[in-house]
Amino acid sequence: MAVKQLSVFLENKPGTLANLASILADAKINLKAMTVADTKDFGIARMIVDDTDKALVALSSAGQTAKVREVCGFKVPDEVGGLAKVLGILAENGLSVEYMYAIITSDSDTAHIVARVDDNEAADKVLLDNGIELLEF
Amino acid sequence: MGKRKYYQPETETMPVEEIKKLQSEKLVKQVQHVYEHVPYYKKLMDEKGVKPEDIQGIEDLYKLPFVSKSDLRDTYPYGLLGVDLSECVRIHSTSGTTGKRVIAYYTQNDLDLWSDCCARALVAAGVDKEDVVQVSYGYGLFTGGSGLHDGSHKVGSLTVPMSSGNTDRQMTFMQDLNVTCLCCTPSYAAYIAECFKEKGISPDRLTLKCGIFGAEPWTNEMRKTIEKGLGIKAYDIYGLTEISGPGVSFECSAQTGMHINEDHFLAEIIDPETGEVLPEGEKGELVFTCLDKEAFPLIRYRTRDICMLEREQCSCGRTFIKMKKPTGRSDDMMIIKGVNVFPRQIEAVLLKENYSENYQIEVSREGTTDIFDIYVELLPDQFDDTVKSISEREKKLKGAIKAMLGIVPNVHLVAPKTIARSEGKAVRVIDKRKLSD
Repeated sequence: MAVKQLSVFLENKPGTLANLASILADAKINLKAMTVADTKDFGIARMIVDDTDKALVALSSAGQTAKVREVCGFKVPDEVGGLAKVLGILAENGLSVEYMYAIITSDSDTAHIVARVDDNEAADKVLLDNGIELLEF
Repeated sequence: MGKRKYYQPETETMPVEEIKKLQSEKLVKQVQHVYEHVPYYKKLMDEKGVKPEDIQGIEDLYKLPFVSKSDLRDTYPYGLLGVDLSECVRIHSTSGTTGKRVIAYYTQNDLDLWSDCCARALVAAGVDKEDVVQVSYGYGLFTGGSGLHDGSHKVGSLTVPMSSGNTDRQMTFMQDLNVTCLCCTPSYAAYIAECFKEKGISPDRLTLKCGIFGAEPWTNEMRKTIEKGLGIKAYDIYGLTEISGPGVSFECSAQTGMHINEDHFLAEIIDPETGEVLPEGEKGELVFTCLDKEAFPLIRYRTRDICMLEREQCSCGRTFIKMKKPTGRSDDMMIIKGVNVFPRQIEAVLLKENYSENYQIEVSREGTTDIFDIYVELLPDQFDDTVKSISEREKKLKGAIKAMLGIVPNVHLVAPKTIARSEGKAVRVIDKRKLSD
């Protein structure tokens, strides 16, 4: 039930992100979401794409350090307190969120969120139990 | 009474012909002795087909086999002892690290001659009985502390055995006890100078007049910084544990090279590739033969230091040959923050921690401090998508390298294939420091 996320280890220097985007473009991969974590030395790009397996092949054969992992994806009502409610559920159940970001969507009533939690299965279960709709890619 | 110019004037100003005669006599005896008492030397000489009687003087030195660090390792820990262990009274050991440690032994006589060498260095720097000498080299296995300490005793100076570290206390003693001579590594001297500056204490408020700095390479530029910062004359001293310790050679008032204590140590310059002896004035690898050492009598020991010997009439009146500051190494050893570092030691840690052998060491200098960076390529399966996991890997690797070398590098994990390769082979070391002028 989880969402597949692609992450890439990047050198912290000009052009690496542009190079990454062009590899994906050449492979006809469409990006749905992307976030970059950075430190002084390196960056990590995390992405949700339309075809994760194809993207992984394209990146690896271009010499990039890429990895696929499953993250928890869910829909949040587009209203005040929507996110607070979902994160509250995860917190109450002792699940910690390492990072999270939003996905572009045409749906105007809900925001689509992916989060790395310490236990995907448990997160899916508690969210479903509390009537939160999950995402699947 | 005026100050002494020399600690042992007859020896230090001995005519060159007499020095050579003395060296020849000592060499013949030493070779005879090691052949009879050190089985390893007998084996080396037999293999080379040279007998003690083939050595009639220093002109025959070239016939003898070399020894190098690997011989010391092969014979660890007692193999090259020239006397019975019961005659030995002390050991010292190199700053080296796992697998590279060298133990040097000393008889009481060895210690006496070594401290004479250090006393010569102190007197050459202008130190005498009335002086107060603060020894801020590390004490212990390292030769720096004991060497200058014992030398200062011989001169009759008041000796302050500080050892290294605790800079505030160093500064307090220096001021309260009117210290006139500081002995430590040049980088520590520069650091102390910076600390005085930060505290707003100008050099003219200090009684310091000279310093003897060694155990790591330093430039004349750094000399100027230290001299200005502490208001002193800064002198170089050279030595290595294998040969005895600091004081194998020392700088005089001319500050144009270090006089080798030739009555005890016979120096040669060789071509590091062919082993051929090079004439005076040519640059090559420095080789020492210990003429008086009893416990650890190394013959033709290859130091791996690249330098030049020059016998010139020195304004100080000493006749001992001078060696110029070493300009490099004939192996890949680096001295970083005063510690001997071989790239293969770092490689061993990386492999043990399951990293790739694609790494790069970068050494630079900020002011007078060495900056030590290691770049390591992350293997694809070691990549995880959180910053935390990579930072933790870096931290762990840093700890493992510190455990191996004793100094802490900055570890940077980088993406695969990002470390520059020349002809398919990674460039392992980039040393941006300018260590020779």
